[in-house]
Amino acid sequence: MPILETRGLNKHFGGLHVTADVNLAIPAGEIHCLIGPNGAGKSTLFRLILGEHQPSSGQVLYDGEDITRLKSFERIRRGMSVKFQVPGIFKALSVRQNLEIALQHHLDHGSLRQEIDELLGFLSLRDAAGQLAGNLSHGQKQWLEIGMAVALKPKLLLLDEPTAGMSPDETHATGEMVKELRRGGVTVLAVEHDMDFVRQVADRVTVLHMGRVFAQGTIGEIVADERVAAIYLGEVHA
Amino acid sequence: MSFARLISRIEGPQTLGRGPAFWGGFAVVLAAAYGYPLLADGYTVGNTAYFLTWTFMALGLCLIWGYGGVLSFGQTAFFGMAGYGYGVLTLNFGEAYGFTLLALVLAVAAAALLAVVLGYFLFFGRISGVFLGIVTLSVTLVFERFMAQTAGPEWRIGAARLNGFNGMSGMPPLTVPWFGGDIVLFPDVALYYVLLTLLLVVYLALRILVNSRFGNVLVAIRENPERAEMLGYDIRRYQLGAFVIGAALAGLSGVLYTSWGQYITPSSMGITAAALPIIWVAVGGRSDLTATLVGTLAILALFQALTIHGSQYALVVMGALLVVTVLAAPEGIVTALLKLPGRFGRRSAVRAITEAEG
Repeated sequence: MPILETRGLNKHFGGLHVTADVNLAIPAGEIHCLIGPNGAGKSTLFRLILGEHQPSSGQVLYDGEDITRLKSFERIRRGMSVKFQVPGIFKALSVRQNLEIALQHHLDHGSLRQEIDELLGFLSLRDAAGQLAGNLSHGQKQWLEIGMAVALKPKLLLLDEPTAGMSPDETHATGEMVKELRRGGVTVLAVEHDMDFVRQVADRVTVLHMGRVFAQGTIGEIVADERVAAIYLGEVHA
Repeated sequence: MSFARLISRIEGPQTLGRGPAFWGGFAVVLAAAYGYPLLADGYTVGNTAYFLTWTFMALGLCLIWGYGGVLSFGQTAFFGMAGYGYGVLTLNFGEAYGFTLLALVLAVAAAALLAVVLGYFLFFGRISGVFLGIVTLSVTLVFERFMAQTAGPEWRIGAARLNGFNGMSGMPPLTVPWFGGDIVLFPDVALYYVLLTLLLVVYLALRILVNSRFGNVLVAIRENPERAEMLGYDIRRYQLGAFVIGAALAGLSGVLYTSWGQYITPSSMGITAAALPIIWVAVGGRSDLTATLVGTLAILALFQALTIHGSQYALVVMGALLVVTVLAAPEGIVTALLKLPGRFGRRSAVRAITEAEG
């Protein structure tokens, strides 16, 4: 049974058909990458899965259950978690407090402190623990938010361009971390433009174009697909 | 959560004052506040009690706006609702057997109930930003207009005439039943002590609240509501919770004000009255309870001193004060002052490091 499934998902914004009959099934334990040119409907699909938008028609299933009508926070509590494209952190609060807010939900006082310290080490942010999150470098902010998303111990992690603005080294490190998470049993769905990152982590790739699923397969199959190259990868070689 | 853990939350990331220096100063100020009636005459003490009646509304707005990021322009609606509620109840049932205290509780509960209903539609309807200010301001202005047209004799609730623009008067002050005779809290030393103690309790309880897990989520919503929701928090409930607590505190101010002067008028819900709490909180420092409290008391004293020379000018000065604050110290004047020692400390630390390296 797939951990996440969309059935005939449609979203119209006025006359604009942003998500068109999207059928997607992500098996548990997979790292799945979602690619497509700008305006392909990747972010909208993310928001539909997260419950920030309601679909015009169709269903979203999580763990076999219909969650189409659930509120975002209810989906999160069932084991989803998300990292946004623009770092979604609490800028005026310290790094430590950012993590505390992410963790306090499911931990008591003693283990909370310990868990925060572990996460700070994992994210290489120990020296910055007392700083305001807004003062971190862009890469550190990305890591902090990944840390907050991971802190929820999700079964399904949604990443919206997790490596945007990162150096190649940071991108590679993020890829290794994603693979590490998968070894821990986390399923990952990532929107990503960086093809090196996709090659590094993806088990399967879905290409969105004009709101529709255009192609699906391993990274090798996608790269070999001339139709995909024409709409998307073609830009790289042009 | 254990009691000791609860008390430990009295300090935390959401409150500026911490450490022995702060609490030492706090003890001195508190001792001075309790000793003050020994040095001043009853009238002056009663006038200081008048300042204290307003502080609860200010602290409530601080919670909603400064911590929760929701600008409520209509705290006076809850103030007036509770004030009138107290008047109606006590004019009908009198002050015997400590009924005034029950009336206080009922009036505050009525204000809180209004906030539950209003807040439900605001927050569960996902209204945010400037629209919250517009809606809450509209509510208080509607209340003002409504009460102002209740001059006719048909506008009465039992024995209590609403009296239109002139407002209600003649309700009893808060009365504590006591052995050998009730203690009537006229604006004098006894009322001052009651209000001071009440303020102490509310201030400390709010400190614990904002540094608790609830407070953590509240500031998270202020900083980034989408992220807070995507950490699994039902942000609507937290916002509603803060809104209701803030409204209850505004209601408490309303009751205390009404019983202090034994009158309440519709203008207490008008646009001037609605704007003043925002000035107290903004000028003091909205994101800190201590800054709000100190700022509110200072501005109230300043405002009263200015009013003696001309009330309209006093309002102009209040407006100017707000503009200066927004331009020069957007986080609030008291907050800026409270942060000064830290800034100097950091500067001298930097100097020490450069000297050591040089």
